Amino acid sequence: MIRQCFIIFGCLAIGELIVWLTGISIPSSIIGMLLLAALLQMKLIRLDWVKGISEFLIGNLGFFFVPPGVALMLYFDIIQAELLPIVVATVISTILVLMATGWTHQLLKNKADNKKKNYGTAEQ
Amino acid sequence: MELLSNNIVLLALTFGVYYGARQLQKWTGWVVLNPILVTIAVLIVFLKLTGISYDTYQEGGHYIDFWLKPAIVALGVPLYQHLGQIRRQFVPIIVSQLVGCLVGLVSVVLIARWMGASREVIISLAPKSVTTPIAMEVCSAAGGIPSLTAAIVVCVGLLGAVFGFKMLEVWHVRNPYSQGLGLGAASHAVGTSRAMEKGDTYGAYASLGLILNGVLTALLTPYVLRLMGVA
Repeated sequence: MIRQCFIIFGCLAIGELIVWLTGISIPSSIIGMLLLAALLQMKLIRLDWVKGISEFLIGNLGFFFVPPGVALMLYFDIIQAELLPIVVATVISTILVLMATGWTHQLLKNKADNKKKNYGTAEQ
Repeated sequence: MELLSNNIVLLALTFGVYYGARQLQKWTGWVVLNPILVTIAVLIVFLKLTGISYDTYQEGGHYIDFWLKPAIVALGVPLYQHLGQIRRQFVPIIVSQLVGCLVGLVSVVLIARWMGASREVIISLAPKSVTTPIAMEVCSAAGGIPSLTAAIVVCVGLLGAVFGFKMLEVWHVRNPYSQGLGLGAASHAVGTSRAMEKGDTYGAYASLGLILNGVLTALLTPYVLRLMGVA
């Protein structure tokens, strides 16, 4: 458990350090995530060293959002004053992101898969 | 009343309500009764009724959202496990993320401005699709209200988690990779936790969408806002 925590918090700490040193506008947690994936890929860390804690953290990811969500109560007045623009813009834009990303990926992936298939038959 | 505003009591309440909300969803099977959503609603009603301030709640609450950052680091594990697959379809993934990121930024600014939202609110809405720590940093750098962003980010996440898969089905986006990516890009970690429930592949691609849209949004938002004349 201690080793698991050390790895996770170590990656996060290096992320914080990089942000502090470079003033980069990427959050430390994202840098830590990329670092962890890189360390696993380079076999410097074994998967079973972090498996337990990462399953626990990812499994409860949603729960950690409860306190920032409760902060909504602080902005009832702003939200009330601009309710319609906030709700309409948020809902429509979220649907658009979902569709644009999913649809573009499916289209490009199918194209790539077909190409591969054609190469396959040509080689035969 | 003093006992109710004790840190430990409020933490216990948060755990208890969440546990109850999860049981309720299991029992009814209704997707709309998302446990995060139900817990937030119950806690807000409780705090309003008892007159406890958010600051008092947050004295205990920050022990919970403290774990957000380590949890995002932990997403490096599914990312690593699917690295090979990701490398094989690098172009579709990067292009679709770029499209999704720009569509999200431009559409939310255009609609909010057209409907008469104030400048602060428009900026606070801009990074809505990405995970809280990124969204708050992007927002404050551009001159918005970071905690309004945080609250909107959670709502967007819930929207994706509750209706995301259904919407993708309607639009004939059927393969698990595209569904996962879309859900992660549009509704960050909350969408990703929903995708994890559906399966490992969905979850891995959702975390990929969360990461890439997070990084792209962090990099592009300042320029897009400037180009659109907001910041």
